[in-house]
Amino acid sequence: MNLRLTKPWIELTAENVAKLPGQLGIYQIGEPDGSIVYIGFAGGRTLFGLRSELESWLKLRAGKPARFRYEVNMQYTTRHQELLMLHVAEHGGVPVANTDVDPRRLGRLSPA
Amino acid sequence: MDLPMTDEQRMLVEQVRRFVREEIVPLEDKLDPDASELPDEDYERLTAVTRQMGLFGIDIPEEYGGPGLDLTTRALLAFEMAQHRAGLYAPCYNVFGATGLAQLYEANDDQKERYLYPTLRGEMKGFFGLTEPSGGSDPARAIQTRAVKDGDHWVVNGAKIFISAADKAQYGIIFARTDPAKGRNGITCFIVDADMPGFHVRRVVHTLRSSHYACELQFDNLRIPERNVLGEVDKGFSIANERLSRQRIPYAAACIGIAIKAQAMAIDYAKLRQTFGAPLASRQAIQWMIVDNELDIRTSIGLILAAAAKCDRGEPYRTDAALAKLLAAEAGGRVVDRAMQIHGGMGVTKDLPLERWYREMRIRRIGEGPSEVQRLIIARDLLDGAYH
Repeated sequence: MNLRLTKPWIELTAENVAKLPGQLGIYQIGEPDGSIVYIGFAGGRTLFGLRSELESWLKLRAGKPARFRYEVNMQYTTRHQELLMLHVAEHGGVPVANTDVDPRRLGRLSPA
Repeated sequence: MDLPMTDEQRMLVEQVRRFVREEIVPLEDKLDPDASELPDEDYERLTAVTRQMGLFGIDIPEEYGGPGLDLTTRALLAFEMAQHRAGLYAPCYNVFGATGLAQLYEANDDQKERYLYPTLRGEMKGFFGLTEPSGGSDPARAIQTRAVKDGDHWVVNGAKIFISAADKAQYGIIFARTDPAKGRNGITCFIVDADMPGFHVRRVVHTLRSSHYACELQFDNLRIPERNVLGEVDKGFSIANERLSRQRIPYAAACIGIAIKAQAMAIDYAKLRQTFGAPLASRQAIQWMIVDNELDIRTSIGLILAAAAKCDRGEPYRTDAALAKLLAAEAGGRVVDRAMQIHGGMGVTKDLPLERWYREMRIRRIGEGPSEVQRLIIARDLLDGAYH
């Protein structure tokens, strides 16, 4: 598995979110300029998996342009932590909207 | 199941059983089904309770401030502490204290001051780095990480894999080959600081155990001072080996803790669930699965407690530990598999803990020495007459 999430970005619109699977996995929310705003996961308690998670973001952005990409992944917990650690290694901190994550609890990663 | 216990052991077991039922299981309704950590406030609240119980730092010897439990009592408590969703790998979410690095009790005074005592106070965390990409079952031969003396330092180059918590630890214990001509007698144990130049956590290794990852490490001209050699140069393998035998007993007990819980769930469900106008429990196919589960559980408990008792009496117990680990890891997996079958479709959902146990239990046949290595140890000791 690639360390970085390399899936294509998709515009965050109701039409695109409706096409999403109800499966578990991880996702990123990005600004149109390419910066990552949030890294999240759809876990076992999510009602309709990735679709539910992205529907929440659709409401949260309230029409403000954004994009997303996702990966269906049963190892969503460890993959989520890995992507956060990678973001810290490359950008010096967690994405701005990840106020739900305590950076002190993340591990260190120094990818080759 | 009525196990032979002293009054004190019975009291501790009942205390921990109640703690799991009243404090741990209700919390899991709110957590992600794959969670292996508690929110800080819950962790702090519950460690205060385990401190009051006198059981915090459960694996710490009495002379270092722990409860000083013998291995039999530790195994009896491990059966109880595992009986919840995260219980196999995160028994009670570590509110009884995480497993320490037992090798540090063998450290010199300077090393104890710098690493052991801060760890016991909860100020530092360590990791254990033995397995390498070249293999884990035969570490004496597989270790390719090299340490070469350079003045008052050792220069280490190599890699480790499947190392838990190395990304969050401040230090770790690693094993490197210091004399390639001496085989297992040419391996030295070092304490390494995670902020030393040349220490890298290269990647996260995802496994069936989706709640927790392991790490791959790389050592690139890592300079370790001479004073960080743990034990004697070239005698590191005995430090690793001693840990492996002892660790196998609570490891086996956790497998059977899960199996006990899975069996209880299977019995409850079989009595409740109706098919073709009668409860599942009335079907012979189901009854036989429940009986086979009970056989697996009771035989495993017997071997685990026999191994623990030998250790507590100061007798050689390597073969007994291997027998217990082998049977418990395999039998525990069979019990969870049958319990899942009895639950039908519900058994494979994340609504119940069975699917997590099923995935995690599979790893137990490989972790802490795979079943084949346990068989190798047992066969060798039987054939050599070393085990009676």
